[in-house]
Parts: sequence; structure tokens; C-alpha cells
Amino acid sequence: MARILCRPVLVAGLVITLALVAIALLSLVWTPAVPSKMQILLKLKPPLAAGLLGTDHFGRDLTSMLMVGAWNSLSTALVAVALGASIGTMVGVILAARRGWAEVIVMRICDIIFALPPILSAMMLGAFLGAGRFTAILAIATFMVPVFARLTFGAALQIWTRDYVSAAVGMGRSGIAITFTHILPNISNQIIVQVTIQLGLAILTEAGLSFLGLGMPPPAPTWGRMLADAQTYLGQAPWLAVLPGLAIALAVLGFNMLGDGLRDLFDPRDRN
Amino acid sequence: MITILTRRIISLIITLFAVSLLVFSVMNLLPGDPAAIMLGTSASPDTLAALQKQMGLDQPLPVRYLAWLAGVFQGDLGNSYTYSVPVLGLIVERLAVTLPLALMAVVLSVAIAVPLGVTAARHRNGPVDLLIGLFSYAGIAMPAFWVGLLLILLFSSSLGWMPAGGFPGWDAGVSAGLKALVLPAVALALAQAGVLTRVARTAVIEVMNEDFVRTARAKGLGEAAALWRHAVPNALIPVVTMLGLQFTFLVAGAVLVENVFNLPGLGRLAYQALSQRDIIVMQNVVLFFAGLVIIMNFLVDLAYLVIDPRLRAKAQ
Repeated sequence: MARILCRPVLVAGLVITLALVAIALLSLVWTPAVPSKMQILLKLKPPLAAGLLGTDHFGRDLTSMLMVGAWNSLSTALVAVALGASIGTMVGVILAARRGWAEVIVMRICDIIFALPPILSAMMLGAFLGAGRFTAILAIATFMVPVFARLTFGAALQIWTRDYVSAAVGMGRSGIAITFTHILPNISNQIIVQVTIQLGLAILTEAGLSFLGLGMPPPAPTWGRMLADAQTYLGQAPWLAVLPGLAIALAVLGFNMLGDGLRDLFDPRDRN
Repeated sequence: MITILTRRIISLIITLFAVSLLVFSVMNLLPGDPAAIMLGTSASPDTLAALQKQMGLDQPLPVRYLAWLAGVFQGDLGNSYTYSVPVLGLIVERLAVTLPLALMAVVLSVAIAVPLGVTAARHRNGPVDLLIGLFSYAGIAMPAFWVGLLLILLFSSSLGWMPAGGFPGWDAGVSAGLKALVLPAVALALAQAGVLTRVARTAVIEVMNEDFVRTARAKGLGEAAALWRHAVPNALIPVVTMLGLQFTFLVAGAVLVENVFNLPGLGRLAYQALSQRDIIVMQNVVLFFAGLVIIMNFLVDLAYLVIDPRLRAKAQ
């Protein structure tokens, strides 16, 4: 515990992330108002004039929309990163165990996928599959696969050169058994750090996709679409443009700080 | 060097081919008929059949792929269904906005990041380092399209100093064109600068601990001279590398920022193509962006080999 508390970046990251998760979970059971309830008479009210953070152009409660937006954003990012990290890690550790020509081909495929920003992948997929959470998750997860494949491949290769792994090979243990008993436990810290950092990136990408109308369809509130809607009322109701962006920035900041803090905790030599 | 260059160029060509295959596959193998998607549900069977023929959808997939590829090589990317003009002309026209925007953003991000990174490294672990660290975190965390909205709010809506969006065209004069690109470039640059500041700081700290810098200082070179003459030029190598790696995010940012500022660039073209279901334009714009990212990474890779002789030896 003391090791955690003496790291301000880690503590700040933990506090922000836990607060975000708590708000997201709370939104499943309680919000100050029904987020989709329109009250035209109360439209474009500034913070504290109606509800804690004011209302939007349909008179919907901004606090409730931001809370539900936290859940929508976080759950999409979590599923996308979990999917990308699982497939990428599997590919990375299998390649490190097998080596050979497959390594060259898969790494080249990773380069190719990496060349397509998730926004463009989502646009391509969206044209055929339609906009929605599934398209967003698929686009983000596809981009995550090469990230985790490269990371785990490199990390696993290092572990494969260790004496205890050579001893296990000498004892006749199979590649799969060594991967599960020696490789994965020894690279898990790096995977955890990367998952945390990529969660921030996934939230940022999901917000971008929602901003373009490629995220969850209305009336489900998302931070990105709230910003897109705010564009029309920029002069009249600036809080509509400030608050959802602040929520995105805080969420990404939290995950980035948590990732950096964890990296520092697991491997202090990497501090710089 | 020539052997390495040949090997890298062959690898680049193979990657570009593979990307074209991937883009083509996504556009043609996913469920749904591109012609039906473009025309919508109200199209008559005759119109649908005509468009299918025009797009070559009655041909087998490999023939269509090769025909598209042959067109790409000959500069014939087909015609936009929405605008009824050649796609190549559209891309070139829109590039006249996106290219200067990206260049301004890159120059601005380096101009912000290098001095900040060096300052943070000089005052390592002090309050200045902490402040710069916070700026860096904020830059990475703030979505470029949100920064764009805030800039419009401040400099256009409140102060009235800058245009809120739109592009007057280069015919209206270079200064008017550049003025329209300033706020979008700042929005794009801040996110890049956040990442680059961290890279520059780490690189300077590492180089300052190298033997040759220690020797130079032992021979009487002052702290500032050692920093600017030895550490900074060496620290620029990882900054340039990161700039190349970040290019994907610059492209993604440009798509969003162009939409915020209503700029008629390539990103907005991709978005409009999606809204208007202009599959031909989308397929080519996506290929163009992906090709740009790959070529950019190739150039950075090459620059790295030219700058650092140790890597040349390793590659051989």
C-alpha cells in the first residue's frame, strides 16, 4: 500500500479512474433525471439554473446524460480493448513460441492494420454494417490487435531466452505449457499497463466516432455526440461544449496516469 | 546501403499492395451490394443494374480488384457518384487543404514540444518539470475536436479574432487561407505536442547521461552549450521517429478537426462520402490515407538509417 501511496501519478490515476467507474455504475441504477426526458420549457439552461450542470437544447438533464455517457463510453472501450488485447496477446505469444515464416507474415499484417486509423476503419465498416456500438467496438478492437501482438511478441521473446525457460524446454515441456506457466505470468505486468493506456485511447476514439455519428445511435447519450450537438449552440450555451469534453479529457487522463503509475510501480527503471 | 534500401522498398511495395487488398476486401466482401448502398432503397432495378455495370460489379472479384489497381496506377480512380467528377481530381483538390493543415500542425507541435521537452529535462523533477508534465498529460488527454470547439468558442465567438470555420480557398490569398487553418492546426498540434514533449524530455535526459556529453563537459563545455550542441540534436532522432509513428493519429485527428471547422479537406471528403454512400470515393480516400501513413513510416525508417550508422550496420 505504501508503495502505491508514494506515487502521486498512480494515486491521481486511481482516484480519477475509480470515480469514473463509480459514476458509470451508479448511472445503471440512478440518475438525477431520466436522461432521455425532454423538457422544452427548460431548454439550454446553464449549470445550477436547472439541475446541477444545466440542460441541453431539448431540455434534457446534462448531469444524467454525462453519467449515462460515462457508462456507454467506458463499456464500449472496455469491450473493444478486451477483445483486441485477447486476440493480440494470443497472436503475440503463439508467434514467439513458434517463430518462423508466420512471424514475418503476421507482423506485416500488423503493419497494414496499423496503417488504418480506427476512425477510417469505422467509416468503412459503418458504410456496410451501419453506425452503432458494434461497428465502433470492431474498429477499435481491430486497431488494438497489432498493438498487443507486437508488445507481447517482443516481451515473450525476451522471456524465451531466460535460463529457466531453456530448462523447461530441456525437460520436454511443450510450447503451450511453457507459454501458460512461464511466458504469460512474466509479461502480465506489461499487458496490464498497456491495457490501461489503451483504454484511454479507446475512450478518445469512441468519442471521435460518436462525434461523427458512428457510435451508439440516439437517444443513448454519448460524450462524443453531445459535443457534436453542442456545435450548433456554441455561442448560446458554451457549457454544452465544455462539459462533455472535460469528461472525455478527465477519463483519458485518468487511464493514462494509471498506466504510467503502474509501469513505474512494476518497473521503476522505466521511469523516464 | 543500396541493399538495405532495395529491401525496404520491396517491403514497402508489398505492404502497399496488401493494404489495397485489405481496403478492397472490406469494401467488397462485407454483406451488402455497394451499388444498392449508394442508391438507397428507392432505386429502380434498372438504375441498380446500370450502376452495377458501371462499377463493374457484374465482374468476378479478382478482375475487379485488378481493374481498380490498374486504374490506381494510371491515375484513373473512377468517378464520384455524388459529384460526377473524377475521384483523383477531388482528392488533389482536397489535398490542397489537408496537406498544409497537417504540415502546419507538425511544425507547430515540434516548435512547442522540443523547447518544452528540453526545459523539462534541464529542470528534471522540479516544479517546472511538473508543470510541463501536466501540459503533456493534458495535451494527450484532450480530444483534438474538443480543443477545436474551445478555440472557436474563445477566438471566434468571444474575441472575434479568427474565422469560426470554412475555407476561403487559396484564390482568396495565401494569408486568408493560412488564417483559416491556424485554429485547426493548433487543435491538431496540441495532442501531438503532448506526446512529443515527453519523448523529447526522455531523449534529452538520456543523451545528457551519455559518455560523449560527459566528456565534452569535462573538457570545459558549459551546461547550456552541451545541451544545445550535443543533447538536443541527438534527442531529435526519437522525436522524428515518434512524429512518424503518430502520423496515424494525425490523420484521424484531421478527419475530425476538418469536420469541426468545416474545412473542405480529405477528412471531410471521407465523411461526406460516408454520408452520401459514395463508396468509390471512400475506397480511394481510405487507400490514400493508409498509403500516406505507410510511406510516412517508410520515410522515417529511412531517415533513421541515414542519421544513425549503427542501425545501418545492424540492418546489414
